[in-house]
Amino acid sequence: MALKRRTKPATGAAKTPSVEQLLKYYREMLQIRRFEEKAGQMYGMGLIGGFCHLYIGQEAVVVGMQNALSLGDSVITSYRDHGHMLACGMDPKGVMAELTGRSGGYSRGKGGSMHMFSKAEHFYGGHGIVGAQMPLGTGLAFANRYRGTDRVSVTYCGDGAINQGQVYESFNMAALWKLPVIYVIENNKYGMGTSVQRASASTDLFERGAAYGIPGSQIDGMDVLATHAAAEEAVAHARAGKGPVILEMMTYRYRGHSMSDPAKYRTKEEVAKMRTEHDPIDLVRKRLIDGGLANEDALKAIDKEVKDLVTAAAEFAQESPEPDPSEVWTDVLLEA
Amino acid sequence: MVAMNMIQALRSAMDVMLERDPDVLVFGEDVGFFGGVFRCTEGLQQKYGKRRVFDSPIAEAGIIATAVGMGAYGLRPVVEIQFADYIYPATDQLISEAARLRYRSGGEFTAPLTVRSPYGGGIFGGQTHSQSPEAIFTHVAGLKTVIPSTPYDAKGLLIAAIEDDDPVIFFEPKRIYNGPFDGHHDRPVTPWAKHPASEVPEGYYRIDLGKAAIVRPGDAVTLLAYGTMVHVALAAAEEAGVDAEVIDLRTLNPLDIETIVASVRKTGRCVIVHEATRTGGFGGELSALVQEHCFHHLEAPIARVTGWDTPYPHAFEWEYFPGPKRVAEALRQAMEA
Ligand SMILES: Cc1ncc(C[n+]2csc(CCOP(=O)(O)OP(=O)(O)O)c2C)c(N)n1
Ligand SMILES: [Mg+2]
Repeated sequence: MALKRRTKPATGAAKTPSVEQLLKYYREMLQIRRFEEKAGQMYGMGLIGGFCHLYIGQEAVVVGMQNALSLGDSVITSYRDHGHMLACGMDPKGVMAELTGRSGGYSRGKGGSMHMFSKAEHFYGGHGIVGAQMPLGTGLAFANRYRGTDRVSVTYCGDGAINQGQVYESFNMAALWKLPVIYVIENNKYGMGTSVQRASASTDLFERGAAYGIPGSQIDGMDVLATHAAAEEAVAHARAGKGPVILEMMTYRYRGHSMSDPAKYRTKEEVAKMRTEHDPIDLVRKRLIDGGLANEDALKAIDKEVKDLVTAAAEFAQESPEPDPSEVWTDVLLEA
Repeated sequence: MVAMNMIQALRSAMDVMLERDPDVLVFGEDVGFFGGVFRCTEGLQQKYGKRRVFDSPIAEAGIIATAVGMGAYGLRPVVEIQFADYIYPATDQLISEAARLRYRSGGEFTAPLTVRSPYGGGIFGGQTHSQSPEAIFTHVAGLKTVIPSTPYDAKGLLIAAIEDDDPVIFFEPKRIYNGPFDGHHDRPVTPWAKHPASEVPEGYYRIDLGKAAIVRPGDAVTLLAYGTMVHVALAAAEEAGVDAEVIDLRTLNPLDIETIVASVRKTGRCVIVHEATRTGGFGGELSALVQEHCFHHLEAPIARVTGWDTPYPHAFEWEYFPGPKRVAEALRQAMEA
C-alpha cells in the first residue's frame, strides 16, 4: 500500500455486495441514525444532561469499518462514540441508559455519553480528551501482537484530534514496531467551530503518516461501499503483520458539535447540501430500490424494527433506576 | 460603569490590553473566528485582526509551549485552554519550562504568559469538563494562580495577570460565567445584572494579585473560599445563621496570608471550602498555614468542605459538588466544637 487519494473504492477491492450485505448496512446505519435522533430528543427534554455529541451523518464510516472486522478486533474512539458502540454490537439499551446516567448504563452512570466500554465487544472506550485514544489504540495493537493473535486495533480520531502531538508519537511507534493498527481519521471538516483549513497546515490528513512510512488513503466516507472496501484492504494489511495504515474518511456531521453549538461557523446551505446530496443512508436505500434489490415494504419492515429497538432503548434508559449515591466512591481504585 | 457578566468582563479585559499593548496576543482553540466556546473572545479577531487574535490547532502542549517562547522573546501571550481538564497535556511545558525559566536563567528570561481556562463543575460536564486542578499548579514554584468570583474581579485580575511578568494560570469558574451560583441547582439561575459586582468600568483598571477580599465581614468563624464557592459560602453562612467572615482569596499564589490570619485570630475558627478533590487540595495548604499562624487563637479544629476524592462523576453532580448544605453543616460543627 502507498499514499492514495481517492474517492471511489479501489478497483479489485470493490466486490459487488450481496443484497443481504446491503440490507445489513442499511439496518446498521439506520439504527445509529434513529438512536442519535432519539438521544437528541431526550436531551432536549432534559432527560440527558451534560455533553453529548451526535454521530448523525457519519454512519457509513463505522458501519463500513466494522463489517470488515472479525471477532476480537478492538475498537477505540473519541467522545463522539455512540455510533461506534452500536456498530460494535453493544446493546442500545445500555448505551442510552448511560446517557441518562442510570444504573443500567454501560458505566453505571459514571461515564456519561463520552465514556463507555465493553470488554465483551472489544470496545475500549469513548475518550473525552481529544487525541488521547490514539496512543491507547496503539498500545492495544501492541498487546494483540504480543499475545500472538492476528487481531487488529481500529483507532478512530477526528480531523481536529490529528493535530495533537501524541498522534505523531503513536505513528512513529506503530511504524517502528510494525503494529497492527488502523488509524481511521473521521474528517467531518470541523473540529468544534474550527474548519480543517483553519487548523491544519496540510489538509490531506491521509498523508500524515508519510514521514513514518505509513500508507494512507482518502475515502468517500459517505459511501458505505467505499468505506467497507477500504477497511477490508487495510485490515488485511495490518492482519498480515505489515504494520499500521491510515484511512482518512471524508465525512460530515449534520448536527452541532455537541448539543450546545451556536452553529456560526458554517452555512445552513452547506449542511443542507450534504444531507440531500450525500446522505449515506439514502445512498444505500437508492442502491437497493433502484437496483431492484429490495422493495419499499422490505425497507419499511427494517425501519419499523429499528424504531422499536430504539424505543425500547429509550424506555429502558428512563426506567432503569438511578444509581445509588454510594457508587460515587466505588471504582476509583480496586476496593481496599 | 456598565453591567457585565463574567464573559463580557473577561473579554473587556483582553480588549483593553490588546488596545494598550501591541505585544499582547490572544490565541487558542476556537478563539479566533469562532469567538471561543464560551464566547469570551467574540469579536476580538474582527477588531484586532488575525495577526493578534487567532485560532490554534487542538494541541495544548504546543499552545502553551509556543507561548513560553513568545514570552521569553518579550511578547505577552494570553492563551485559552478550552477547559481546565485539557491543560494536562501542557503541564510539562508549564512546570518544566514556564515556571522555571526565570530561576534557571538567573532572572534574565521570564515567561510572562497568561493561561486562561474555564474551570470547575456544576454544569453536568462529567469527568472531562468539570475539574478543578488548581492544586497541581499551586504546588509548583514559579507559577501564579488566580481564580476570580465576580465580573468586576475577573476583569481587574485578568488585566493584572496579563501585565504580570511571570506565568499566571487564570482559572475561570465556568458555572458563574453567566450569574452567581450559590449551589442551589434546583432554583432558577440569577443573572449577574442583579449583583453589584457586575458593575464594571469599561476602561483599564487592575486588581493586584495577592489581595484577598472580605466579602462578608463576621465575627464567629472565618470561611475561606474562591471561585464559585464564594457564592456557595455566602449562601451557607446565611442558611446556617452563622456570623461567618467570608474571605474570597482571589489569588492562591501569591496568597494574602495577612488577611486570612487577621480574620482567624479574630474569629478563632476556620472553615475552608473548595470544589477540588480533598487529598492534596489547596485546602490542606490553607489549613497548615492557619495552624502555623493562628494555633493559639483556634477554638475548634479547622474544617474542610471539598469535592470527594473521586473523579468527577456524570450521574452524581450534586453529591459531588460541595453545596451550601454541606458548608452550612461544617459551619455549625465549627461553632459547636
Ligand atoms: C485535549 C482536549 N482539548 C480540547 C478539547 C475540547 N474539544 C472537544 S471536541 C473538540 C473538537 C475535536 O474535533 P475533531 O477531532 O475533528 O472531532 P469531531 O468533534 O469533529 O468528531 C475539542 C476542541 C478536548 N476535549 N480535549
Ligand atoms: Mg471533526
